[in-house]
Amino acid sequence: MKGNEAIGEAAIAAGCRYFFGYPITPQSELPEYLARRFPEVGGVYLQAESEVAAINMVYGAAATGARVLTSSSSPGISLKQEGISYAAGSELPCLIVNIMRGGPGLGGIQPAQSDYFQATKGGGHGDYKVIVLAPASVQELADMVGTGFDLADKYRNPAMILGDGFLGQMMEPVDFAGIKKSKIVEKTWAVGCKKGRERNVHTSLYLDPEELEKHNIKLAQKYELIAENETMAQEYLTEDAEIVVVAYGLVARICKAAVEKARSEGIRAGVFRPITLWPFPQKELRKAVAAARGVLAVEMSMGQMVEDVRLCLEGRLPVRFYGRAGGMAPTTQAVYEEIKKISLECKGVE
Amino acid sequence: MLKQLILAGFGGQGVLSMGKILAQSGMVEGKEVTWIPSYGPEMRGGTANCAVTVSTSPINSPLVAEPDILVAMSLPSLEKFEPTVKLGGKVFVNSSLIKVEVKRKDITVYQVPANELADELGEVRIANMVMLGAILATEPIVKSATVLEALKKVLPSSKHHLISLNAQALQAGANVVG
Amino acid sequence: MEVVFQRPQALTEEKFSYCPGCHHGIIHRLVAEVIDELGIIDNTVCVSSVGCSVVNYQFFATDAIQAAHGRAPAAATGVKRASPDSIVFTYQGDGDLAAMGTAEIIHAAARNENITVVFVNNAIYGMTGGQMAPTTLKGQKTTTSPYGRDSKREGNPIRVCELLNSLDGPAYLERVSVHDPKHVIRAKKAIKKAFQLQVKGRGFSLVEVLSACPTNWHLSPLASIEWVQKELMAYYPLGVFREAGEVDGEC
Repeated sequence: MKGNEAIGEAAIAAGCRYFFGYPITPQSELPEYLARRFPEVGGVYLQAESEVAAINMVYGAAATGARVLTSSSSPGISLKQEGISYAAGSELPCLIVNIMRGGPGLGGIQPAQSDYFQATKGGGHGDYKVIVLAPASVQELADMVGTGFDLADKYRNPAMILGDGFLGQMMEPVDFAGIKKSKIVEKTWAVGCKKGRERNVHTSLYLDPEELEKHNIKLAQKYELIAENETMAQEYLTEDAEIVVVAYGLVARICKAAVEKARSEGIRAGVFRPITLWPFPQKELRKAVAAARGVLAVEMSMGQMVEDVRLCLEGRLPVRFYGRAGGMAPTTQAVYEEIKKISLECKGVE
Repeated sequence: MLKQLILAGFGGQGVLSMGKILAQSGMVEGKEVTWIPSYGPEMRGGTANCAVTVSTSPINSPLVAEPDILVAMSLPSLEKFEPTVKLGGKVFVNSSLIKVEVKRKDITVYQVPANELADELGEVRIANMVMLGAILATEPIVKSATVLEALKKVLPSSKHHLISLNAQALQAGANVVG
Repeated sequence: MEVVFQRPQALTEEKFSYCPGCHHGIIHRLVAEVIDELGIIDNTVCVSSVGCSVVNYQFFATDAIQAAHGRAPAAATGVKRASPDSIVFTYQGDGDLAAMGTAEIIHAAARNENITVVFVNNAIYGMTGGQMAPTTLKGQKTTTSPYGRDSKREGNPIRVCELLNSLDGPAYLERVSVHDPKHVIRAKKAIKKAFQLQVKGRGFSLVEVLSACPTNWHLSPLASIEWVQKELMAYYPLGVFREAGEVDGEC
């Protein structure tokens, strides 16, 4: 099954029945899939007039307590930033899928990872965070839909799945039986029918600066809690690794192949893959580089996640960067050569 | 076993479906598979291609920079991908449409007149399956019987009468290289 | 003693924050009275927009969400689709609806989305301090059309009801005014019909209310009322533009 379609089926499995979106390559298979599948399960699929409208429909549906999904690719995600900021400010949970393509501007339609900053550093205006999950396979793409909804509901915050065009377009076997329908929490805050309760109001507007600061502090405390409890990462051969390669999403799999090649030639390398990009798995990374002498960050961008890697390691280790952009992907061979270079440098120091 | 293939041709020659059915067959046999298509404007008449990986162990990178096997259904796709084939790899050339020689000497070349053989079967659109037959006769990535089984799974029952034609196409391809 | 006049239940105790002579208060009251009369206070969701009425969720005693500038029809669509039993209305000014949210209002109307829109047109931006609106009249002076709106320079005003009336979608479109008691009664009827149509599932209803902004027009409340009559009503004629069919009885 194609990655994009797997997201759709997983959304149904996770109890999502509302989708508002707008077609854009390379994620159009997802709206197409849900346009076909949602009517069969009593869901609402609506093609909005723009990504701006779509995310604001999501905002409205989220306010009723519904599990609601929208998806797009990079330029469309830029348009959604307004609504994401409002949802974060009003603390309305929703899931946003970004199947990234190259930018800036209209860029291209081929896979990229150049929206890392946008996704993890806010994206829209104001002091807020979005929970960002980075799957590396079609199976994970499906699994993370449920995880994303659960986290969004748990913290009343927008969550995002950050994939790329390869993941959206590629086919891999995927098992939905393993996706357990998560328990949907009761949302006493939902609007709709206020019989027998106080009225519910959702707004991100606090005209009184003292009130807004209080709100900002409350949000910040929530983000701290998320950072404390929800980081996820995967490690591969890092225990004794002299060189740790840090990469997320599909690129981590390329790096894994490169690390295997390096190992076969006696270079002790390993891969650290952040699964949550925000919160960035800082503790996990610091632990994973305990034996390392060098770190290599690999991305399909000109260097974005590498900044978080450097922040996390606070200059304790040299961090090199290798990236391809515009729809080009790093090859196993190229990553292997980068590993080898660092290995030689480390030896030179001895 | 880890085999990586690039299947390339003009849009409409069925290279994407050839890849899909190969991946599907691998899945039926319990192997690990990935399939990545090229997408975008090139789909309309330009060169289309897909990367398929079939493996007996979990697949790391599904991207195929150096294929073990290249299928070139058209000249531009041969020109584009010939240099990328792994040393000692194989190239399957659709000799019905490609009249030039493969330049590289460090790879094995199979000339398969896929369009002509498909024509003989009365359905030119089945050239992709002729090609797949040729590949599977030299590289047992999956069994031919599994391909037919996989077809039964993916085709709607209204199209099941086409399975015997597909079987003939696989056989015709196998005969060329066998 | 018999109570003959009181605050509608659909209004909270909060004091209106509007300027003297502003018509928002009247329009709020009309909407609230309609909500009371239709007995829908427990399932009505107000979608507030951006402009002077941005905090009207403080005044309407219903569930409410505050939407981004211009996006209220999209947010209302989300609420209505996910909660079809709710009665959903947006309350938008001319900047919100006819400038920033042009796409959202047109497409909500084209889809015949089953929501009600109360559109307050006072031909100027109130909250930001008297700038030109898409509905500012030709020749009208504002802080951003200080020489008077010149259609060669600033373009022409937009007649929203007429624009939406070109679509097959909407069920009900009417333009009313609240400058005198007679027109207030007419306006209330229109707002009531708009909500009733939604209750009956007939689809998109919009009532455009011509409204005064003495503060930014730099006129007295009385002179403002005259300006509504003489100038606004001349360019924006009152009347029913679309009616999907009679609404029988109370809902």
